[in-house]
Amino acid sequence: MRFVRSPKDFWAGVMYIVFGLLAILIAREYPLGTAARMGPGYFPRGLGFLMIALGAILALRALRISGTKIEFGSPKPLLIVLGSVILFALAAPKLGLVVATILLILVSSTADSEYRWKESVIASVILAVFTIAAFSWGLKLQLPIWPALFG
Amino acid sequence: MELLANLGTGFSVALTLPNLLYCFSGVLLGTLIGVLPGIGPVPTIAMLLPVTYALPPVSALIMLAGIYYGAQYGGSTTAILVNLPGEASSVVTCLDGYQMARQGRAGTALAVAAIGSFIAGTFATLLVAAFAPPLAEVALKFGPAEYFSLMVLGLIAAVVLASGSLVKAIGMIVLGLLLGIIGTDVNSGLQRYSFGIPELSDGIGFVVVAMGLFGFAEIIINLENTEKREVFTNKISGIWIKWKDLKEALPAMLRGTGIGSALGILPGGGALLGSFASYTVEKKIAKDPSRFGKGAIEGVAGPEAANNAGAQTSFIPLLTLGIPGNAVMALMVGAMTIHSIQPGPQVMTNNPQLFWGLIVSMWIGNVMLVILNLPMIGIWVKLLQVPYRLLYPAILLFCCIGVYSLQNNVFDVLLTAAFGLLGWIFVKLECEPAPLLLGFILGPMMEENLRRALLLSRGDFTVFATRPISAVMLGIAIIMLIIIVTPSIRKKREEAFQE
Repeated sequence: MRFVRSPKDFWAGVMYIVFGLLAILIAREYPLGTAARMGPGYFPRGLGFLMIALGAILALRALRISGTKIEFGSPKPLLIVLGSVILFALAAPKLGLVVATILLILVSSTADSEYRWKESVIASVILAVFTIAAFSWGLKLQLPIWPALFG
Repeated sequence: MELLANLGTGFSVALTLPNLLYCFSGVLLGTLIGVLPGIGPVPTIAMLLPVTYALPPVSALIMLAGIYYGAQYGGSTTAILVNLPGEASSVVTCLDGYQMARQGRAGTALAVAAIGSFIAGTFATLLVAAFAPPLAEVALKFGPAEYFSLMVLGLIAAVVLASGSLVKAIGMIVLGLLLGIIGTDVNSGLQRYSFGIPELSDGIGFVVVAMGLFGFAEIIINLENTEKREVFTNKISGIWIKWKDLKEALPAMLRGTGIGSALGILPGGGALLGSFASYTVEKKIAKDPSRFGKGAIEGVAGPEAANNAGAQTSFIPLLTLGIPGNAVMALMVGAMTIHSIQPGPQVMTNNPQLFWGLIVSMWIGNVMLVILNLPMIGIWVKLLQVPYRLLYPAILLFCCIGVYSLQNNVFDVLLTAAFGLLGWIFVKLECEPAPLLLGFILGPMMEENLRRALLLSRGDFTVFATRPISAVMLGIAIIMLIIIVTPSIRKKREEAFQE
């Protein structure tokens, strides 16, 4: 894509256009109504068109005005951090907060370049104890703590 | 002397033991996250919202507000000692504060920051108390057309005053407005953009959006930047200030207070803008501008006063018009709705205890911060030495549990992860997430007011231009947009943000 002078703006524009198109496409079944009696489709469709217009301006301008490149670091932090959160979400309802906490800490710690496994094991235990103490006893949140098997 | 009577009401609420405790925990926590780089007030307040369910509304708001202005105090400590902004609004404090620390004047810099913040906090509290009632009076007369135009003005002002590309920022607002539509339409009962997912029928929680975009995305970006942070290990032998230094700093503090208060009221203002503006002003009017960047005391006093003043006056639009000016205020709207308080001019009349209690608590909080911070600097310095690799898993955990406990549903946690990914994409494309959050909060209100305004005018769009207050507000919004696209001014704006 040699003709794109400002990749950040260009892709932001593309993203806006995609969101705008999606908004209009999904909203096509919502009754439009009239200006005096706005239906549920009126506002969303208006916003969708606005979004596309803004995206187009941004993307076209990116062909003329030059800007900085998009910089990507290692993909590790993104994948590990989000992965560990998803793992937490999957584990929490069935296995309880304690197991979910330990999993989250052990997995997410590996995202740092200075990862030390002993440290993260200790941290996971301390935080698991803290979780129960603070959220379950302290704030009395009604969340499952132990695996469903035991309780 | 209605003001005194009102402040009296406020003191009677804020000085009760539980509220003093909540205020104290708010400012303590605020200072803590202010000191720590890598976690700001937005994710912290989002994280604590579920916790405040159980509290009385006044106590909840007192605590959450304390986090915000407490963070401004804490941020300066890190800026001065580590040359890293603990908070975004402390960026300029790094310039001269760190230099002062290197010259062995860390104690003076910290004291100036604290005194400046306190003076600013006191003044801003009085300002809120004096200006909020008349403004609310005006706002009570607003019809749907005025409200719609006001929100347009608010959103436009928020992006004009922020840095970065204007088109991009407006796009983020529109995206936020679209996200705000998700859920059941109140008028027709139709499910919009919910894809048949039952969890989406009530819409996306703002905690989910804020935590994903601000909390998760920030952690990921911090981990990508592997630069080590250097803690300034020079011993700080107590905080002191000489009379001569104070005399030098005092005018700058007062100017900073004025600038910060004025800019804080504007939408999009808050703490950040004031500190930048104040630094620029101090540099301009100084007899010898070359001292700046080399440890000029005014360069610490002005911006630090300004950011604290701005943090407090940004409550004015929220409390009088119900319109949040920045991301933190957007979360405060959320906190109020949780307790079924509709933010807006009627808060003052319907809930005077809450309104005045909150305002007075801000002043009390400022007193606590001065008393707290000066002797506790040592503890904060120790805290700064905790490596990030130990901090972020804990932050991640509290975010997850906070979101999970919102509705005892892990769907929200997964959705937060999705917003984390989106937030990461935004950072890569240099799209500021704050306007999105504002749009997201204002979206439903805007649609409702647009609908009502057009219903009353029988579909005639000129209603926004023929009603005088509405016309003035739209006019200001348009003028702002025109000014900003004028090439010469655009250049100046870019320069201002470069500094």
